[in-house]
Amino acid sequence: MQRNNSRDAAHRRRWQRCSTAVAATTEMRGAAVVMQKTETLTKKEEHLLLPNAAIAIVPLPDATAPAHLPLLCRQPSAQPPHPAHSFGGGFRFYHLKELCHLLRSTNSFEAEAGRLMTGNESESELPVPPYPPIEPTAFDLIVIGTGLPESVISAAASASGKSVLHLDPNPFYGSHFSSLSIADLTHFLNSHSTPSSVCPDPLYSDVEISNYASRLLSQHPRNFNLDVSGPRVLFCADHAVDLMLKSGASHYLEFKSIDATFMLDADAKLCSVPDSRAAIFKDKSLGLMEKNQLMRFFKLVQGHLSLDESEENDVRISEEDLDSPFADFLTKMKLSHKIKSYSPFPPVTFFSIIYLWHLIACIVLYAIAMADYDQEVSEYVLKTRDGINRLALYNSSIGRLVLMFQNALGALIYPIYGQGELPQAFCRRAAVKGCLYVLRMPVISLLTDQNSGSYKGVRLASGQDILSHKLVLDPSFTVPGSLASSHQQLQESFQAFSLSDNKGKVARGICITRSSLKPDLSNFLVIFPPRSLFPEQVTSIRVLQLGGNLAVCPVGMFVLYFSALCDEVNQGKKLLHAALSALQKLLVTGTAGNSSTAQSEDMEEAKPTLLWSALYIQDLSLGQFGSIISTPTPDGNLNYNDLLDATEKLYWKLYPKEELFPETTSSPENSEDDAGLTLES
Amino acid sequence: MHGRPRKPLKPEDAAASAAKAEKLRVLQSQFLHNHHNHIYSKEAVELSTKLLETNPELYTAWNYRKLAVQHKLTENDSDPDSLKSILDEELRVVESALRQNFKSYGAWHHRKWILSKGHSSIDNELRLLDKFQKADSRNFHAWNYRRFVAASMNRSEEDELKYTEDMICNNFSNYSAWHNRSLLLSNLLKRKVEGFVSKEKVLPDEYEFVHQAIFTDPDDQSGWFYHLWLLDQTVRVDSPQLVSSWPTPGSDLILLGDRCLDGCASSPFTRFHLDSRTFPLVLYFNQAVEGVNSSTITVDSELNTNKDLVWKPLSSCNSKAAQVWVTQLNLPDGNTHSSKVFPVEDSSPISSLYQLSIKNDNELTDFEWRAATIAKEIDHFRELLSLINCKIGKLTLARLLMAHDAMMCPPANKISHSEEVLELYNDLMRLDPTHVQYYKDQHSLVLLQQVTSNWESLLSRCFHYSNSPSNRGSPMCLQLKNLSLSRLGSFDKLLWVQMLDLSHNELRSIEGLEALQLLSCLNLSNNILGSFTALEPIRQLKSLRALNISYNEIGAHSIDTTKYLCSSPLSHSVGSEWNHGQTVIDDDIKSYWEAYFILKGLNLTQFDIVGNAIVNEKFKSFLIKVLPGLKWLDGEQLH
Repeated sequence: MQRNNSRDAAHRRRWQRCSTAVAATTEMRGAAVVMQKTETLTKKEEHLLLPNAAIAIVPLPDATAPAHLPLLCRQPSAQPPHPAHSFGGGFRFYHLKELCHLLRSTNSFEAEAGRLMTGNESESELPVPPYPPIEPTAFDLIVIGTGLPESVISAAASASGKSVLHLDPNPFYGSHFSSLSIADLTHFLNSHSTPSSVCPDPLYSDVEISNYASRLLSQHPRNFNLDVSGPRVLFCADHAVDLMLKSGASHYLEFKSIDATFMLDADAKLCSVPDSRAAIFKDKSLGLMEKNQLMRFFKLVQGHLSLDESEENDVRISEEDLDSPFADFLTKMKLSHKIKSYSPFPPVTFFSIIYLWHLIACIVLYAIAMADYDQEVSEYVLKTRDGINRLALYNSSIGRLVLMFQNALGALIYPIYGQGELPQAFCRRAAVKGCLYVLRMPVISLLTDQNSGSYKGVRLASGQDILSHKLVLDPSFTVPGSLASSHQQLQESFQAFSLSDNKGKVARGICITRSSLKPDLSNFLVIFPPRSLFPEQVTSIRVLQLGGNLAVCPVGMFVLYFSALCDEVNQGKKLLHAALSALQKLLVTGTAGNSSTAQSEDMEEAKPTLLWSALYIQDLSLGQFGSIISTPTPDGNLNYNDLLDATEKLYWKLYPKEELFPETTSSPENSEDDAGLTLES
Repeated sequence: MHGRPRKPLKPEDAAASAAKAEKLRVLQSQFLHNHHNHIYSKEAVELSTKLLETNPELYTAWNYRKLAVQHKLTENDSDPDSLKSILDEELRVVESALRQNFKSYGAWHHRKWILSKGHSSIDNELRLLDKFQKADSRNFHAWNYRRFVAASMNRSEEDELKYTEDMICNNFSNYSAWHNRSLLLSNLLKRKVEGFVSKEKVLPDEYEFVHQAIFTDPDDQSGWFYHLWLLDQTVRVDSPQLVSSWPTPGSDLILLGDRCLDGCASSPFTRFHLDSRTFPLVLYFNQAVEGVNSSTITVDSELNTNKDLVWKPLSSCNSKAAQVWVTQLNLPDGNTHSSKVFPVEDSSPISSLYQLSIKNDNELTDFEWRAATIAKEIDHFRELLSLINCKIGKLTLARLLMAHDAMMCPPANKISHSEEVLELYNDLMRLDPTHVQYYKDQHSLVLLQQVTSNWESLLSRCFHYSNSPSNRGSPMCLQLKNLSLSRLGSFDKLLWVQMLDLSHNELRSIEGLEALQLLSCLNLSNNILGSFTALEPIRQLKSLRALNISYNEIGAHSIDTTKYLCSSPLSHSVGSEWNHGQTVIDDDIKSYWEAYFILKGLNLTQFDIVGNAIVNEKFKSFLIKVLPGLKWLDGEQLH
């Protein structure tokens, strides 16, 4: 309690420092709380909500002036306007409908030097609301879009003393990395998937949204925080966690651990993934020898990693092995026997195909090393070196935070209130360091030098021209013309990490259900390895189930995210539909197996377990750099490591001599909260 | 808590700790002043609180507090409220001291002491323990205290068993949890609580449980310890058994007189070369037993004319229990001139106070399960060893195989694993040089077991001394030389031996040799015996006439480590036998008291000691004095 108060006070000081109207901060928090939840809140929750609320604060040059703060609600409220909305004079609430008009209206402006295209469609022309003029009118850096890469860049640039203007045409933080309500998500996906003359190639396509229980869901209009880029988790040893700790963004976040990982086995049952020593010990499905083999393999990897590369030792895995395919290495380590004539039960279903591979090898490849593609038939084969690095990440994640928090026993964590919290936390960090934020501010054109044609600045929807040295754009924008020609793909930085290329796509799905896949657990990961759902399934499908205790949905409901890489739309759709039906089957068997409660739930049985689903295909694109930097789209991975590596590279392109969040910051504000990440039990 | 490297102190930390030490010294001197003057005022007690909260290791302060509590209790005898508040204050002090150092013996002990007063709520203790055991699940102080708390609040042992299971599932590298599990199970089995009536029902699950730990991580020793306990539970037979005796029940005993030339063509094992008027009867049990006497053992023999046989335990200390019991049977006069066959009917012990029953039915049904369990374990570990090279796995397999062989004895099926076991121990000696002596000892035991397992192999090692071809009736000599033996065993099979050659081995000790009561001639030359104390068992060998300990290392080690393990003139076991009148005989005895102690009761005629560091002219003259019957010393005839 004490700490929260002092933390609030610290925040207040920071905002003060960046010349924001102080009085507004506390009031705004009150307003944010009212908008977020109607239930009574504890002090702690109240504190937590602060970063979550979609608040845009324009720090004004004169702190005494009345605040012209465009405050936006990102979730349309069905409630009558609360008295809070009228105080301060500078606040205004927009209903989403209004906002949509606002957004759509922006694209009709023609650019002068280069035309800027967004995924938004222009339909109607509403008058632009009165924006306060932004001062100053020249910055070191302008960042457009508040996705994770953009937010990290602006936080880092602000921290190193650059003047930064951070804009987002959306009324919420996070862009393609945000967490939204059902209605907002629906709108976001629809508006970003409709091709138009200005945007012939939108980022999302084939959006299928089905609502099976609209009445039930409409009772909880504001209780969902659905990730646009799900499924996403953080490994405790992740780059993202390091960045949060280094930048101080961790102050604004709270995490819970993901309880377990499961994999679909040959009997179409979920088997637990023994990912640690204790898990191997407890596992009931592995034989004694398999346990021994698996543990020995883990130890081998540990031994390999703990030794210096210069040291010649038989514990180290040889260079030759490191360059070989990981799957072959597993075979060599006797973790998989290729039993060609194995038929577990007649008739031989495609599940048995998976038994061509030994179960342990499957677990290591797809559930721990998280390989995307079928390692036996596909051309995208994981090298032993990379496989071992992935195991190392997993392994060092287990128990990394145990010393700090007793309850973070597993390798994976998830932020309470959804992944959208992450970009927001970095934005707050940037704001503390003096970055200027303006939400729902579309940019209508780029300004270029008439002689050299080089980038000069941007024209905002308000009509104001702002100049800057550098520009960072989120991936929903494409820059045509001469400026684009100087761009280079960020291909090189990706080659080592992922197989995704420009043409790749990722198929994503979201379900809201009323029952869990596992009766006694709510937050866990499920892997459908290649060929487990249908014989032509080449990529692994990863499913993340989250429960109400993560504040992403009402208690008693569950959100299931799933995704898989695909080459083209039809393949992606097939993957999504197969995953959805497999999940539905698991949901049914899950409740049927629970015979004791079956009778009492006869009434419930009539209602569908699946309440809502959204399936969509997202394009993958890598970052670009040139005079204008374009950030990458959310990738197909579970964590943000590849994305953040790419972001770091982009930052180096921007400011070649600077480190991302140098660790020299021994300022008092770091020491007051050095507990780092916060985890809830 | 565990496995964290210790870092050297930074200068500022060192300065801080020096300041802290100075403060502690001041506090401590004040405290001691209070303590010595029996001041138990409020301020004085608070001072001790302060002291203990900084340094919980100060045992004196805890004792002072005990005195203070007692002092206060006598003052407020009647008032239960103040009584409780006094004790609660103590509990609070202990708790904050434990936060400082939760491995403080004094603090944990003080807490036990307060609780044993019986006025404090015990429920709170379990909560406190949970906190401590979460912070360090392997803290054995907490586990100890947990047993105390569980016992005093009558928490069911099943619940505690479940608790150990949970702790093990969290992290199976927890010696304390496994250990507690073994204690709880022993109790439950002993009390025959429902669900824990027979080992046959309980132990298979435990094997299954510990296999998970052992196979997941064979390098972690905690599981292996529990497995060893399980193995012991499986193999051990609770009631004592008579393993062997001499003479063998039902055998015909042939006594050969001094002048008898015609030896019978019978086996050497029942032939006894007699040179006195008595001969011993020996009983060998599988464990130390008490109360063997003429009422518990009946001897039915033609010779048994005298009614009451006096059974004596053979043990180094004066305990009443021993594995080996012996009595002397007197021969009737006039029979010494001819060999005579005495049928020894049966010396089987009758059931008695000490449950000397050989086997009851229960154990027979048990036997199947035990044998099956051991066989299953053997298969498991063979499989494990086929995958990895694991020291403790090999050791366990060796132990299992030996247990299997022992169980199958008498050898219904002749398949013995001793060759494989010997090979395993040879491997282990190479793999694990730090424990080479242990493996060598085990190797010796197995080798001896192999040699003595059947008559054929024993016979192949029996020889007549070549220099007495005429005396064909003389006893056979068992030769166990050049076998690299470092330890002796299998005495139950060797009770008949009268001449034993153990030369050219690696013996440091001859522990257990006292069981060979018939021994008259013993060759221990060319071993590495380090002192006379190591020869202690021969004090009990009353028929020993010839002893060869030449070329050992007696006197070579300036500090004799065996001295601290064995008896000395000051230790109780020896002291009672020590005749104080005799000690003053000679100054030599002072310098050679060890030798004197070992040799004085013997009636040796032949003694070889050449090649030991202790030997010089003075020592030789001392020997002649101590052993008046000596005729040959180092091959030289005396007188």
